[in-house]
Amino acid sequence: MAEDNSNGKNGNRVGLLQRVKAGVQEDVQSLKTDMPAKAKEQVEGLKDPTKTQVFTSIFRHKHDDTPRNRALGVLSNVFLHLHPAKINRDAVRYSYTWGMGGITFYLFIVLTFTGVLLMFYYHPTKVQAFRDVLYLEHDVPFGKLLRNMHRWAAHLMVIAVWLHMFRVFLTGSYKKPREFNWNIGVLLLVFTLLLSFTGYLLPDDQLGFWAVTVGTNMARATPMLGHEGPFGKMMGMTPYNDVRFGLLGGSIVDANALLRSYIWHCIGIPIVASVLMIVHFWRVRKDGGISGPAQVMLTAEGDKPRRQV
Amino acid sequence: MDWKQLWEICSAPDNVPIVGMIPLLIFYCYLAWKQAKANDDLIGELETNPALAKTHHRKSWPFRPGWQKEVHVWPFLLRIEFLATMIVTIILMVWSITLYAPLEEPANPNLTMNPAKAPWYFLGLQEMLVYFDPWIAGVVMPTLIIIGLMIIPYIDTNPLGSGYYTWKQRKFAIGTFLFGFIILWVSMIIIGTFIRGPGWQWFWPGQTWDHNRLIYEVNRDLPDLFGIASNAGKAIFGAIVVGAYYVLGGFGVHAFFRRYNPKDYKRMSLLQYSLMQFFLLTMVALPLKMLLRLGFNIKYVWITPWFNV
Ligand code: HEM
Repeated sequence: MAEDNSNGKNGNRVGLLQRVKAGVQEDVQSLKTDMPAKAKEQVEGLKDPTKTQVFTSIFRHKHDDTPRNRALGVLSNVFLHLHPAKINRDAVRYSYTWGMGGITFYLFIVLTFTGVLLMFYYHPTKVQAFRDVLYLEHDVPFGKLLRNMHRWAAHLMVIAVWLHMFRVFLTGSYKKPREFNWNIGVLLLVFTLLLSFTGYLLPDDQLGFWAVTVGTNMARATPMLGHEGPFGKMMGMTPYNDVRFGLLGGSIVDANALLRSYIWHCIGIPIVASVLMIVHFWRVRKDGGISGPAQVMLTAEGDKPRRQV
Repeated sequence: MDWKQLWEICSAPDNVPIVGMIPLLIFYCYLAWKQAKANDDLIGELETNPALAKTHHRKSWPFRPGWQKEVHVWPFLLRIEFLATMIVTIILMVWSITLYAPLEEPANPNLTMNPAKAPWYFLGLQEMLVYFDPWIAGVVMPTLIIIGLMIIPYIDTNPLGSGYYTWKQRKFAIGTFLFGFIILWVSMIIIGTFIRGPGWQWFWPGQTWDHNRLIYEVNRDLPDLFGIASNAGKAIFGAIVVGAYYVLGGFGVHAFFRRYNPKDYKRMSLLQYSLMQFFLLTMVALPLKMLLRLGFNIKYVWITPWFNV
């Protein structure tokens, strides 16, 4: 074979070498010229990241400061599209809503975040619960901060919900067409209190134990459904089958009560409350956005059918 | 004056939220009042000047013709929301770094906490236990509070004051709500936190908590005062007293409501009117029972074999 190649018909071999050489030279040349050009292009492109494919795949619109884009920035974002694109100029005044609904929601998010972190360290069992809290307090990095934050955010959320309800009442925002959303709100209020209450038992210390004992003792007295309540005996209620037994999973506050508290606190109520919040926000929008500050009505106008503002 | 005792109560970590809530409530009451006054002044002016009422922009904030009625959510609302989350986060951080969440001894069913207090937001209910049996204070009252809140939008037929702060247009509604929320709910929480000591006894702020204090209270029942001894007599007497309260009280409310709220009275259906009456009278029954108990040492009004009121 080697013989054949060296006998005249061998242009092949020399040609191959030359061709490879030429090709490599070409490649090197292209690297020298194209790469800097591309690099320049890349740098130019990065100067305006909003034109990159990654950006345009995430944000579905341009980012220039035009009214259209400001509106799209809100509307095409799944989190922000809770908001309308534009709102009544006075409704952004803090003095009207006090921002309390929003603050309540933010605190709920903070609580979810810190709560999930706490769950990494906590076992809802009689043997471990209290020790886990001690461990959090003394050994877990930032554990104390985490626990404090979860607790204070919970207290603050209760206060914020009350203030939110207070302002909704004072501005008459429960009136037509917002009656239903007020009702969702009342349920949210109840669940906020229950969330806080179920969490109270979890450290398994004296404070929580006695608070929950006092609280659930009242359930004994439920009319007809509690063994000490009016007509309870007639309905066949005993400490072992009444509502209190159902709440605690036993006739005393013990391991089962701890587990039930934990499940309500970490799974049951948060899910229900989240669903209600989704409905709540949806209805705020559907009912025509924040109720005001609306134009004041005069007495005579109140007597006529309602005026649409 | 026992300052140490007072400080111990006020600085107990779980009581700090209440100490903080009081100034917050006062501030927001003031903020609402300020805006209500401005609106009421404007309404007064427009009522007497129909020509102005036709052209006026109808808000107590200055408004220039030509201003846009609506503003973009991005950035005008989102920047406020962002700021609010930052401020809340900073408050929470500082609070969590400086104040530690309480952790008592491990739960011990054999060692009763004295006083054993519910979490602060339920202290109103616990305080009610002094005046009512658990089935009322712990079960019936909370249920009625929730239902009462829920029906508010359906029994308030006043179309005025929707979407703006006002006092003059909604005196009855706002007065009732303030009575229920501030006078009953919040102040009972304050009593439960700051006044009630060991044995759930009354200790004035600054009085030392004496764990051995005994109070000899001779509690009487209302039928005893009238010399009624037989069980049937007590049951019938109580039913008459409670019935008379609702009938006479209802009549009093009727006389007042028809005179001072003639328009609402006319608009309300029979169902709306009777619900309003029932919930109002039930709410007022609480301070009345408190008065009977604290002023006259009367425990029960109505005694039956099944339940006592
Ligand atoms: C977890 C609890 C709650 C959350 C997260 C929440 C959140 C919100 C938010 C973000 C708004 C928009 C306006 C604002 O910020 O004021 C709102 C409006 C409203 N909320 Fe809530 N809320 C809660 C509980 C309640 C409660 C307890 C009530 C009443 C009993 C209530 C009744 C209403 C009503 C009627 C509106 C419409 C107000 C208007 O159009 O001016 N909400 N809520």
